[in-house]
Amino acid sequence: MHLASFPLLFLIPVLPLIGAAYNGLFGAQIQRRFGEPAVHWPAIVLPWGSFVLSLAAFLTLAGQGHGAALYQNLWGWIRIGVLSADVAFLMDRLSGVMCLVVTFVGSLIHVYSIGYMKKDPSYWRFFSYLNLFMFAMLTLVLADNFLLMFVGWEGVGLCSYLLISFWYKEREKAVAGMKAFIVNRVGDFGYSLGLFLLFWGLLAAPAAGVRAHAAAGRQASTPQATEVAATETGGAPGETAASGETAGAHAAEAAAAEHAPAPIPAAGTSVAFRDVEALLADPGKRAGVLDARVLGISLLTLAALLLFVGATGKSAQIPLYVWLPDAMAGPTPVSALIHAATMVTAGVYLVARLHFIYALSPTAMTVVATIGALTALFAATIGLFQYDIKKVLAYSTVSQLGFMFVAVGVGAYWVGIFHLMTHAFFKACLFLGSGSVIVGCHHEQDMRRMGGLRKLMPVTAVTYVIACAAIAGFPFLSGFFSKDEILWKAFDSGNILLPGGGVFLYLLAAIAALGTSFYMFRSYYMTFTGEYHGAAAGGGHAPAGNPAMRAPNAAGAAHDAAHAPAHAHGGGLPHESPRSMTVVLVILAALAVVGGYIGLPHLWGLPNLFEHWLEPVFHGSSDLIRSAGRGEGAEWTLMLLSVVLAFAGFGAARSLYRDARSQVPARLLASPNPLVRGVHKTVFNKYYVDEAYQALFVDRSVQLARWLAWWDLQVIDGIVNLCGTIGRLFSLLQGWIDDRFVDGLVNRVGAIVTGAGRRLRRIQSGQIQAYVYGLTAGAVALVVLAYLLGR
Amino acid sequence: MTIGLAHFLVISGVLLALGLYCLVTRRNAVALLMGVELVLNAAILNLVAFSRFGRGLDGQVFALFGIVLAAAEAVVALAIVLQLFRAFRSVDTREAAELKE
Repeated sequence: MHLASFPLLFLIPVLPLIGAAYNGLFGAQIQRRFGEPAVHWPAIVLPWGSFVLSLAAFLTLAGQGHGAALYQNLWGWIRIGVLSADVAFLMDRLSGVMCLVVTFVGSLIHVYSIGYMKKDPSYWRFFSYLNLFMFAMLTLVLADNFLLMFVGWEGVGLCSYLLISFWYKEREKAVAGMKAFIVNRVGDFGYSLGLFLLFWGLLAAPAAGVRAHAAAGRQASTPQATEVAATETGGAPGETAASGETAGAHAAEAAAAEHAPAPIPAAGTSVAFRDVEALLADPGKRAGVLDARVLGISLLTLAALLLFVGATGKSAQIPLYVWLPDAMAGPTPVSALIHAATMVTAGVYLVARLHFIYALSPTAMTVVATIGALTALFAATIGLFQYDIKKVLAYSTVSQLGFMFVAVGVGAYWVGIFHLMTHAFFKACLFLGSGSVIVGCHHEQDMRRMGGLRKLMPVTAVTYVIACAAIAGFPFLSGFFSKDEILWKAFDSGNILLPGGGVFLYLLAAIAALGTSFYMFRSYYMTFTGEYHGAAAGGGHAPAGNPAMRAPNAAGAAHDAAHAPAHAHGGGLPHESPRSMTVVLVILAALAVVGGYIGLPHLWGLPNLFEHWLEPVFHGSSDLIRSAGRGEGAEWTLMLLSVVLAFAGFGAARSLYRDARSQVPARLLASPNPLVRGVHKTVFNKYYVDEAYQALFVDRSVQLARWLAWWDLQVIDGIVNLCGTIGRLFSLLQGWIDDRFVDGLVNRVGAIVTGAGRRLRRIQSGQIQAYVYGLTAGAVALVVLAYLLGR
Repeated sequence: MTIGLAHFLVISGVLLALGLYCLVTRRNAVALLMGVELVLNAAILNLVAFSRFGRGLDGQVFALFGIVLAAAEAVVALAIVLQLFRAFRSVDTREAAELKE
């Protein structure tokens, strides 16, 4: 890989950091003294600066060779033993795309936030967090190594927590933030474990590699393997120079096109992605690593799966998806930016970034793709019956992330990133549209109390329906290209260990796609068509449906209103949102339409720019990804089927929910058939997963905490108190001895001296005559004594 | 009858006795000083007598030294007595007994 220098690379993440510092340190005073514009202008200009820099870097990158990357090493960071990690940023073609998406969508959402967060007392805090998030996300994307990526990874988790519980004075929002944080911690734990395991394994691998080499040498059938054996006999395996040569021989075509590859650092000494990739690309090392086993499981598979646990946490996949729907407690721009467009895609990015690991382990690929497909379908079914517009979008996000994992799981990495990008556009548009609706309806989120907004909020309605069509996969819109490609790649995958290969995945994903189309258009029709059912029109009558479910929503809306006094006028018809919001919606809707044209299907015989662009990044694992060899006929059929599914979902939603005329939904809800009601109730309550987690994990943890508290209070404290009592007894004894004996002795000495003084002082009478008597007597006594002694 | 050493010693002993008696009986500080002078001069007389009847002039020299000493002592003691008087408006030594226990 040719590394070009781009000295401004570090500014891409650092510019938003400056903004975060500006508002984080001085925001409160600035807002009080200079008003909101002084808060939001720097907070918006700096991310746009990042976008411009990203664009410049991207164009520089495009001007470089095929496998080039921009690289900037800021400083050496960690040097422990043989391990070394630098604070270094790397923009290859993959992170370049991510950077553009993150900075562009992120900056647009900053602009949108002006209108949405207007008059919030903590306006400055919001923008500070948002900028901090941009910094963390860009660090994650641009990181050159696992450790720096982990910094960004944790940073986005922190910002997500801060922003979900942005209105922290409300209990359920604070709880939602904590839930997101804790669930993410579970995933992060997996990430760290995977990281440790991987590097521990890589350090240990060369020893194992010797055996593998020998085996490879014995059954040498390909020229490559003979070469490996030759290298092994020539020099000590695991030596840097030797492996460098081998890599050179292996990546001959790359070397011919580009510069000679740099020598690979010894295994386990560098945490940089490209070093690990180079290591695994080396056939000898690869064999050694593949041979390594931990607890009877392939090291690489285990590490990949643990890292995938991290990805499921961040990207809200089964079983760690539960935090994302609750994360809708945050302000809507946050939901759009963090919980739809950027942060939640970090897991997809991680798998794509580590394609060289996942591609080596069919088990890990199967798990990733299967989890993705299951999540896609599971979340889509929950989305069918939700009434909270943001919850619908949240489950839709979970579902779409599942699609992305299907793509990266089957090895179609560029497709996963492609869907990530198109999804960022249309889902951000949908979320921001829902935000516009929520503001317009005075912080109402229940779709049953919306309706008829198309006339009142035309821009929002049009952009929303465009984004709906894009996510549903209507032909010639961005979602069609990316989702169809995912379905085809899943169907055609030859790497999946499930019976029937990828067909099972395809079926799950296709049903999910049908569901997606249905619930997205359901949300559109419930919100924008029919009569307005809000407070102004309905006068507070209970909407149709389960009244018990309404109460919490109403409470939530009241909380929202309390927090945004600007919109708390609590009456009047909904109104279109300010220009700063609608402009963003229009831009995103336009991108939702045209965003797919950079990744046109092969079938159409048109150039696929996106795949071509990302090809060098995923080149290393391309020979491991197999196609099942299903022909063009199948692909055409599937494409047609996708369109049919999209329109079927649309049609069903239209007939059932358009203008709220159809009585079918209400009749189904009131159905006497217990089966129908039971299914609806289960799905409506999200399969009781939250309740199950509560019972299985939360309550168990609380119980464990109680036991530990009991243990602490009774046993540990008991021991401590016993020690204390024993100490007290000893000191009592000692005090008694001190009082009686030591003090007695001291006092005795004092008394003797005092008594002697009392007696002796009588001598000093002040009468000179007495002294003279004494003197004379003494003299006489001396004389007598001298006389007696002298005799 | 020749006057010998014994006479001098007797005189000296009488002087000492008188001086001590004065010291013991009188309360007046000035009288006490006089008593001290008597004791001192008894001692000086002894020295001179032994010098006269013994060998060498050591005793004479010591006597001269003693006279000077007596003069110096008188100066200091009178000054003290003066201060005593100032403090107590009296030269009675019984009055000046404030430092006793």
